[in-house]
Amino acid sequence: MTAAGEPILEVRDLVKHFPLHQGILLKKQVGAIKAVDGVSFDLRRGETLGIVGESGCGKSTLAKVLMALERPTSGSVKINGREIANARGAELKKVRRNIQMVMQDPYTSLNPRMTVGDIIGEPYEIHPEVAPKGDRRRRVQELLEVVGLNPEHVNRYPHQFSGGQRQRIGIARGLALQPEIIVCDEPVSALDVSIQAQVVNLLERLQREFGLAYIFIAHDLSVVRHISDRVGVMYLGKMVEIGTDVEIYDRPAHPYTQALLSAVPVPDPDGRERRERIVLQGDPPSPANPPSGCRFRTRCWKAQDICAQQEPLLQIRPGTGHASACHFAETHDVVHV
Amino acid sequence: MKKTSTPVLPARTAPGDGPLLAVDDLHVEFATRQGVVKAVNGVSYSLNPGETLAVLGESGSGKSVTAQAIMGILDMPPARIPRGEIRFRGTDLLRLPEDQRAQVRGQRISMIFQDALSALNPVFTVGWQISEMFRVHRGMSRRDATKKAVELMDRVRIPAARQRVNDYPHQFSGGMRQRIMIAMAIALDPEVLIADEPTTALDVTVQAQIMELLAELQRESNMGLILITHDLGVVADVADKIAVMYGGRIVENALVHDIYRSPAHPYTKGLLDSIPRVDLKGQELYAIKGMPPNLLDMPQGCAFHPRCPYRQDDCVTDAPPLYEVGPTRGSACHYWREVFDDSRR
Repeated sequence: MTAAGEPILEVRDLVKHFPLHQGILLKKQVGAIKAVDGVSFDLRRGETLGIVGESGCGKSTLAKVLMALERPTSGSVKINGREIANARGAELKKVRRNIQMVMQDPYTSLNPRMTVGDIIGEPYEIHPEVAPKGDRRRRVQELLEVVGLNPEHVNRYPHQFSGGQRQRIGIARGLALQPEIIVCDEPVSALDVSIQAQVVNLLERLQREFGLAYIFIAHDLSVVRHISDRVGVMYLGKMVEIGTDVEIYDRPAHPYTQALLSAVPVPDPDGRERRERIVLQGDPPSPANPPSGCRFRTRCWKAQDICAQQEPLLQIRPGTGHASACHFAETHDVVHV
Repeated sequence: MKKTSTPVLPARTAPGDGPLLAVDDLHVEFATRQGVVKAVNGVSYSLNPGETLAVLGESGSGKSVTAQAIMGILDMPPARIPRGEIRFRGTDLLRLPEDQRAQVRGQRISMIFQDALSALNPVFTVGWQISEMFRVHRGMSRRDATKKAVELMDRVRIPAARQRVNDYPHQFSGGMRQRIMIAMAIALDPEVLIADEPTTALDVTVQAQIMELLAELQRESNMGLILITHDLGVVADVADKIAVMYGGRIVENALVHDIYRSPAHPYTKGLLDSIPRVDLKGQELYAIKGMPPNLLDMPQGCAFHPRCPYRQDDCVTDAPPLYEVGPTRGSACHYWREVFDDSRR
């Protein structure tokens, strides 16, 4: 799908800090977990933006802020030009209809006491204008069919379904309000390998049919490459590189992206002895106390003095065709994921 | 090897003829309220010193239960081993009296688990838990055992081991916790290490560190490694040979290069075909249809037949034996020749 057209989602300088308190009576703020710290990007209609990064990089917090489940500390999130960061009440309800979520764990994200019909139909309780009461059952059955489940199973409970089927139920619920954007937070990582491809194919088919735009958060880099038009790489609350899938995977410019890509095991044993692998030392620093300047510098083999003093901005660097946040960005083909 | 007297465990240095560890026609079943679950139905594989065997399969394929049977950590009952042998240096562990079995467990065959946080005891320091290996099995004093624990933490490359030996598991990151598990597992120089999904809960960058560490430890001590995983990438990276499990059986075994080049079982082929590939972007991924079998209600004949594109009538009635595909590989498919020819294109 082409990346043309006006953005449907605009994120600018988005910041989400979780305050750290000390003391019981007189709670004093002693710091903050800087989960998301100045992230900007656009998402266009019908496009898939993949977000990758290690655990703790802020990708799930980003998803929650986009869903308006968390209020951003600062910055702006606009859907179709309408600000949601400070929206409240009826206005918030209205914009939320347009952005829905598919969760990671299909075992815990479905209420075991509700039938599948009630789970998928619940969004209509909150947004009755989408489907009048008498029409809801038919709609739910349609949705079941769309995601490849038997419409007659509308009265079954989640435990009667397998993991892959439950994820389909979660997807049907996400589709119920006919949103334009779906945020998928690790939608296949809890599924068996032989089931993952089925769900990825379903998401792609739904995108074509309904013109959906996806934010696709995952740690499986090969799945992200397959489904995404553009990919953003996050590290410790910052977007360190963003570009088309080809730019990120074949011409990564940020050292972190290169290390991340080289760490992915390639499912082909031929030539494994010769493969280049950048093994990062240590763990990511704490987001409560990130390093000064470039946040990656403590694990970076290119780090110089300037990296500690000056924060590199996410911008197009000489010799690279896409934005990266590194003073010494240069493209380097690491591996083919 | 049929003796009536109790078998005796051979020494570490015993000159080995035959493999270090051989699982032979192992069956494991569980008695549940809904009926008997046959988790493992005749699994055989072998492991030599210094070798890495990958056991590949999805949840419910029986890969972890086989490993637990080797370790002797299955709860029996409900588990039962109606048939099979697990020969360690030629001695059947299943017929060994419990006191001798305990000599093997943790000392000569040890295991690491997927979730290090729940495998470690949260109320003891990591140093205490590592040094316990030496206190219990070697009768060392606390002081000497703690010293050994620090050495081991250094060996698995935990920074500032001396300062961190008195920290608790929650004070470590996921990758560091897995290193502590590895330290405990290699403490007594085991000859076989079983790693059950050791990196599944970890990020790829940390996964690379842990796999590198395991490979290095293996080189140093020439231990045999059984790597249980569902990740085709990890397998391709480190394994010497592979056993693919499905529905409690081994459906294909082969050397790692052979299996990726030309799988001879439709399930293996399906898994490899469903990996997203750069040149196929924009196309639909190949997906194995259907879902893994219910262990309480296994399909007749070949367990894979409801999902198999190569199915013929006899697959529904006759369970295929492990046919010989080559000197070092086998496939449990009546129509392996067609699969094999297709996968070579």
